[in-house]
Amino acid sequence: MYQYDTYDKTLVDQRARQYRDQAERRVEGDLTEDEFRPLRLMNGLYQELHSYMMRINIPYGTLSSAQLRKLAHVARTYDRGYGHFTTRQNIQFNWVTLEQSPDILAELAGVEMHAIQSSGNCIRNVTADAFAGAAADEIEDSRIWAEIIRQWSTLHPEFAFLPRKFKIAVTGSPNDRAAIRVHDIGVALHLNAEGETGFEVVVGGGQGRTPMIAKTIREFLPARHLLSYLEAILRVYNQFGRRDNKYKARIKILVHEIGAQPFAEAVEKEWEQIKDSALLLPEDEVARITSFFAPPQLEKLGPTAPAFDAKRLTDRAFAAWAKANVVAHKAPGYGIVTISLKAPERAPGDATHTQMDAIADLADHFSQGEIRVTHEQNLVLPHVKLTHLFGLWQALAHHELATANAGLATDIVSCPGLDFCSLASARSIPVAQRIGRQLSDIERLHDIGELRIKISGCVNACGHHHVGHIGILGVEKKGEEFYQITLGGDPGTDAAIGNIIGPAFAGDRVAGAVENLIDTYLAQRSTNAERFIDTYRRIGAQPFKENLYATA
Amino acid sequence: MATAKQPMTTDTLQALTANRLIDGLVVYLTETGEWSTRVDDAALVPAETGEIVLAATGEQAVSTNHVVAPYLIDVETGGGEVNPTRFRERIRAFGPTVNTSV
Repeated sequence: MYQYDTYDKTLVDQRARQYRDQAERRVEGDLTEDEFRPLRLMNGLYQELHSYMMRINIPYGTLSSAQLRKLAHVARTYDRGYGHFTTRQNIQFNWVTLEQSPDILAELAGVEMHAIQSSGNCIRNVTADAFAGAAADEIEDSRIWAEIIRQWSTLHPEFAFLPRKFKIAVTGSPNDRAAIRVHDIGVALHLNAEGETGFEVVVGGGQGRTPMIAKTIREFLPARHLLSYLEAILRVYNQFGRRDNKYKARIKILVHEIGAQPFAEAVEKEWEQIKDSALLLPEDEVARITSFFAPPQLEKLGPTAPAFDAKRLTDRAFAAWAKANVVAHKAPGYGIVTISLKAPERAPGDATHTQMDAIADLADHFSQGEIRVTHEQNLVLPHVKLTHLFGLWQALAHHELATANAGLATDIVSCPGLDFCSLASARSIPVAQRIGRQLSDIERLHDIGELRIKISGCVNACGHHHVGHIGILGVEKKGEEFYQITLGGDPGTDAAIGNIIGPAFAGDRVAGAVENLIDTYLAQRSTNAERFIDTYRRIGAQPFKENLYATA
Repeated sequence: MATAKQPMTTDTLQALTANRLIDGLVVYLTETGEWSTRVDDAALVPAETGEIVLAATGEQAVSTNHVVAPYLIDVETGGGEVNPTRFRERIRAFGPTVNTSV
């Protein structure tokens, strides 16, 4: 993991002290709310429906066990005992007080964490593949480049007041687990014919009220030019992005309005001016950052683990969990474990302080002390020996963390919705819980297979409903909650925005509608291996629509 | 000052709500000029007088840094309970609707 140097540490410590002074002046009345609001937002403190919420960055979704333990401590000491992991690989605390908020930032600074740029029209937390450094299919650990971007974008003076917020994602694998095509900028590692590392650069993706898939503006950018090229993109956006209308201010609108090709030409022109400037990445600096992400010292093991196989044969519940929640590691004999934060009746993405402490301990014991946060609101132990899986599973079960549903229909992504969020139009969490209840049969859940259901409580789409295989959007109609359903979205390599299937449903009918869509899929799939999204792509929306509204 | 509560009516009345500066919690202006976290404690006035009767008190509470962003909400008092009319305000008053125990 990256370790702060003196510069990082000084910056974060100074910011925590500066914020303490600002918060104290607000409490004492020396600052008005209008004066204080931008200052608190620059430090991640939002006023939400019921209280203040603090959003804390987790750069590229990587946490040490010490950091997770600190988050547990914050939940226990300054909140109501839990935290909410978000679709941007961050964590939010829902019940923070203004008075105590400086203490939280001071505590976090002690473990190299902060909330700088977790709000506002600036470059937000850089996200990456949650399986980076462990995935069998990756070209290179994407966190090296995400960290380089983090350093460049932190308090970058030119980009502190962009037309709108700006999100960058990095993937190091051809199988995109970072949803790069729904980000303002996505970069995907490639190797060229000479075996050199570089990036495909995509621009102008996003969700919200105007969802768009990013366009490729460069097929291969030599890695040493990453920062100058990003800077060129940001400069073009900063100059030409609209500032007159916040709903048209994201880079996706600019790329859409002027066209990807003219946008790319403008970037290339700007880049020519700065490509050999101080932004050119020195090899020794890349090597220095790379050293922080050196692969962990794992044992040399064979690809099979007889003890693990034997347990799977004798324990069906364990076998179901291992099948859904463990994927191949690049090191033989190891697996990547997804810890589902989608237990029945729980709010998707929530973890209690005792769960966080337990996961930190398990990470130390089983996974090199490292934890990841996924954009699907789960946690990951990236380096677990296959022979340790059974013991890990038992320990997780003890803490209600062994739900065998990663990637399945009850692994629902959901924003906090109207239960917490001041922007929301409708509730999200109760809808997720109802669907979870409806699909509680584990055998059936596994028979249905991969199905990504995502719920947002308003058009801002924090629940990523646009890229759900089944997307659910809450809207308010005449004081009542209604939910619009979309089909065919996909955040990954075959990124797609879902299509609205028809009229919206009342809240108590959404779970039934999802059940109906699943029944259509099960009746129509060509084989058991054909996923919901594949069936949808093959047969289109019509059969789903006919069944859904025939009974409506 | 605000007029007395009028329980057991179904007329639309208004209350003044805000978030408390220190902890951000939802609060309602009471008849004694305090701020309560319970909507049942709210001073209620006929809708047409809310702006005149309550809003000035809210502005004063802002200037003394007690609350943030006060605004009037419509409430109903059928059944002897105070119920905000808008769904969002009912969630503010009684929510979250999901279990938040750990």
